[in-house]
Amino acid sequence: MKDSSEIALALERGEAKEVARLVQTALDSGVEAKQVLDDGLIAGMAVGGGQFRRHEIFLPNVLMAAKAMYAGLDLLTPLLQAGDDPHRGTAVIGTVRGDLHDIGKNLVGIMLRGAGFQVIDLGNDVSSETFVAKAQEHGAKVIGMSALLTTTMPGMAEVVELLKAKGLSGKIRTVIGGAPVSKEFAEEIGADAYAFDGVSAVDRVSDLMEMDG
Amino acid sequence: MMKQAFRERLEQGDILVADGAMGSLLLARGLTTGDPPEEWNLTRPEVLREIANLYLDAGADLIQSNSFGRSPLKLADFGLDDQCELINRRAVEIVADVVGDRAYVSGSMGPCGKILEPYGDLRAEDVHEGFLLQAKALASGGADLICIETMTDLAEAQIAIRAAKEAAPELPILATMTFDPTPRGYYTIMGQNIETAAEALAEVGADVIGSNCGNGAEGMLAIAREFRRVSDLPLLFQANAGLPEIKDGKVVYWESPEFMAEIATSMVRAGAQIIGGCCGTTPEHIIAFRRAVNALAAP
Repeated sequence: MKDSSEIALALERGEAKEVARLVQTALDSGVEAKQVLDDGLIAGMAVGGGQFRRHEIFLPNVLMAAKAMYAGLDLLTPLLQAGDDPHRGTAVIGTVRGDLHDIGKNLVGIMLRGAGFQVIDLGNDVSSETFVAKAQEHGAKVIGMSALLTTTMPGMAEVVELLKAKGLSGKIRTVIGGAPVSKEFAEEIGADAYAFDGVSAVDRVSDLMEMDG
Repeated sequence: MMKQAFRERLEQGDILVADGAMGSLLLARGLTTGDPPEEWNLTRPEVLREIANLYLDAGADLIQSNSFGRSPLKLADFGLDDQCELINRRAVEIVADVVGDRAYVSGSMGPCGKILEPYGDLRAEDVHEGFLLQAKALASGGADLICIETMTDLAEAQIAIRAAKEAAPELPILATMTFDPTPRGYYTIMGQNIETAAEALAEVGADVIGSNCGNGAEGMLAIAREFRRVSDLPLLFQANAGLPEIKDGKVVYWESPEFMAEIATSMVRAGAQIIGGCCGTTPEHIIAFRRAVNALAAP
């Protein structure tokens, strides 16, 4: 699709109207909605994700790009639902119980949506029971958990244990992240994956979605 | 003896020592994961008195109140917003009662945890109102100064400073931001560098500026040097004891009191005037900082 680099640039600049215009132009010229999504919005957000990881852009740029992305997504969603499943799978995300820091988690939500996943954002201060119940309710294959405080990290282990107790391990998989969280901690509590940042969260969720379960 | 005015101490060039971490000490005394630490201002004041005493005995000149996460916006999340005034006031009263004239009581205000418009959906007026309420309560409890810390958005830091000045015009204001290393130098997650931060904090009237939290003492030394290059204000730095790691299910920090004190000495030589600790630092760290600062002052 020839407009994809233009869409990426408009996303980077956070120009919602321009993104919507480019998406509409692509649709009018006969490009399939799914292709506009994949090669335009998702590819464009991936460019921004890489720039964010390399510290070339910062949180405000990503947040503005996300707002612009939604302007394009709004045009595509009705067209997508008529055909194929628009989503690459559903993830439930939230900040664990007692933790009110949701900036990192929000960023992960934006990146995941930008990558084509359906995201159910449970907000912050989410109990282990809520994580598991909502994942079941929405048919989510992945639970993403965030914590900023060292004092709330054990809440992640509670979710892993609850999934085990309910016989859902391997059916619903877990990915964890946040400033004090590490790969070692993920292994210790038996989480299925650790994501260093929003970009790697997309990679890990993609991996987990493709696993059998 | 009357406490000498904080601003006078700064003007005569005294090097001051601030305290260290609070959260880890509370956890070691039975705070449960996920519970708001500030509730103990009402239910376990004896623990907070003990901690204030530990840091006072360690030689700290500034002792913080247990009110970091107590902005009303956050309190509402815990269903405690109607207790906001009381919890913040008690936080300061407990410390003031312990330290008397022997140290300055620092009223702590942390970020509200949400993103401001236009990037997020939080309105500036609401943030201002929250910080105003908190600062008033801290001042009424007897704070000698207000410390606005761990800020990652300059817009929010400026709102907090303005609110603190409105609530207590006579109190000195300390404002510290948290920076991440990038290939182009240190930036907040919102993309603001140290020069921009120093200007913006000074613009709204902060008395002391600097940085806290972050990636450990060595990174903080680089931050301190950059602050000195771009600002003439008195500078405050409170580094983490490194990055947290998990050992046997517990969170540990590896930077020792001796290591951090050596870097604290370098920070003072680089122009820092107040040195303290953030996550993972203990009364032992503050004892080492005190010794280092005294050694610098010795003829």
